[in-house]
Amino acid sequence: MSTSGTNGIVIIGAGQAASQAVMSLRSEGYEGPIRMIGDEAEPPYQRPPLSKKFLAGEIGFDRVELKPVEFYANAGCELLLSTRVAAIERAKKVVLTSDGREIAYDKLIIATGSRVREINVPGFDLEGVYYLRSVADVHEIQKNFKPGAKMVVVGGGYIGLEVAAVAKKHDISVTVLETAERVMARVVDPIVSHFYERIHREEGVIIRTGVTVAGFEGEGGRITHVVSGEGESFPCTFVVVGIGIIPNTELAQDAGVTVENGIVVDEMTRTSDPDIYAAGDCTNHPNGVYGRRLRLESVHNAIEQGKTAAAAITGKDKPYNQVPWFWSDQYDLKLQIAGLSTGYTEAVTRGNPAEGRSFAVFYLKDGVLIAVDAVNRAPEFMMARQLIAKQAKLDPKRLADESISMKEVANA
Amino acid sequence: MAKVTYVEHNGKEHTIDVAEGLTLMEGAVKNMVPGIDADCGGACACATCMIYVPEEWLAKIPGKEDMEETMLDFCEHTQANSRLSCQIKVTPELDGIRVSLPESQH
Ligand SMILES: Cc1cc2nc3c(=O)[nH]c(=O)nc-3n(C[C@H](O)[C@H](O)[C@H](O)COP(=O)(O)OP(=O)(O)OC[C@H]3O[C@@H](n4cnc5c(N)ncnc54)[C@H](O)[C@@H]3O)c2cc1C
Ligand code: FES
Repeated sequence: MSTSGTNGIVIIGAGQAASQAVMSLRSEGYEGPIRMIGDEAEPPYQRPPLSKKFLAGEIGFDRVELKPVEFYANAGCELLLSTRVAAIERAKKVVLTSDGREIAYDKLIIATGSRVREINVPGFDLEGVYYLRSVADVHEIQKNFKPGAKMVVVGGGYIGLEVAAVAKKHDISVTVLETAERVMARVVDPIVSHFYERIHREEGVIIRTGVTVAGFEGEGGRITHVVSGEGESFPCTFVVVGIGIIPNTELAQDAGVTVENGIVVDEMTRTSDPDIYAAGDCTNHPNGVYGRRLRLESVHNAIEQGKTAAAAITGKDKPYNQVPWFWSDQYDLKLQIAGLSTGYTEAVTRGNPAEGRSFAVFYLKDGVLIAVDAVNRAPEFMMARQLIAKQAKLDPKRLADESISMKEVANA
Repeated sequence: MAKVTYVEHNGKEHTIDVAEGLTLMEGAVKNMVPGIDADCGGACACATCMIYVPEEWLAKIPGKEDMEETMLDFCEHTQANSRLSCQIKVTPELDGIRVSLPESQH
């Protein structure tokens, strides 16, 4: 199987979706040339460990990379690393690299992911202020893991809280500052937020909600304090900022490909240009389970869209239409989230979040299960994934009743 | 190092030297053995790395933790000898092990 033309497939970005696309293109039988262009120095790797085991120093890069680098050569995929794509010229069907090369494509996959949202306050450029998106970022942050270190985390989302948990294990004093009234406010119910606040406090992390950072202060160019809008000052030796991401859509936008909160694709990952596909964090795609468009930031989304793009390019329809899911590891807690809770009308708790370390919250919309947050609760997560896909109507009383097993709840 | 043989659902065999300390999942994924998806990369969060381990080898592997046990309980192709391959560390005792892969991970 080959696409028309001899230039083959070019993939912009060398991350989770890109790596999956290469694997899937070959398993779908595509035999033409593939070129992957990525601006990082490393071959594609997994990002989740960057705020978990890799940051903790428990595993090395060999266990973070998605495939050994030889894989790409063996798969006939040319890797152009440390190379940034500066523009797409759709009329000529070429991409231009920032070092002046012109690379032609028959089909293009944009898998540029997302980048961190930067904080725009006085002192933002002081030494000791970090973000976390890449392996390079981890190496910088780790240099600050020293006895007596004091870290302030700006932003109480997953990444910030995961970093807090890892740093705590390294005996670093940790303060988390969150603007909203509770942590992880964007994605979970208050029950889950308050549970995580309790756990972090029990572990010795200072969690401060309703605190907006107004600036960073330093000495000799290096950060020493984070200052809040109320004038409170938090001493620190370094800061990790985790206040969200921005999808990398500029290349597409500048080339005139439709972008609207992400590169707009259909369920087959096709963009508004018939020769251009997009996959992963950078896309805005339809989801049939929820009947609306989504932009997601998750490994599952990147993998599945990578597979769908490869199938579509080789002439097969494998629409991407799944229940989104995500996980987060903090201390000994595994949070598994399936579905999206936006718009829920009822939250049902199974187990007791006020004590212990295991419970689940189910989100129902007019009786139909739309999402679950499960903390150390695999049965609830696994069962809910299936039930959400089926848009099952469930009895909240049975869901909450732990004497009824999840399998029984599902079969009712 | 241990020699591990992965048998795909269609019978195709892959024998691979897997370094000690890696998991059976990593041994497969890093060596292009198809049939183990491992979406979560070994976090015990996805249950897409299931394998079947023969009885005689199961005895040489530490038992399942709760999380693995319950995840498997809800997978479509689970059998009594199912394991999540990301939870099994390769040790010298596993030299020569043969594991087989399910029809699908979904
Ligand atoms: C610290 C951290 C922890 C996370 N934890 C989890 C988790 O537990 N579970 C989960 O499901 N998800 C998690 N995620 C999210 C997940 O990693 C992402 O959703 C996933 O990596 C997206 O894959 P992608 O291929 O779209 O983008 P990426 O993997 O980000 O790859 C995109 C690549 O394209 C490159 N690029 C961008 N523009 C250009 C250009 N113009 N030229 C060349 N290259 C370019 C980027 O530098 C990057 O290397 C985490 C993310 C981070 C940062
Ligand atoms: S790789 Fe996800 S559970 Fe094993």
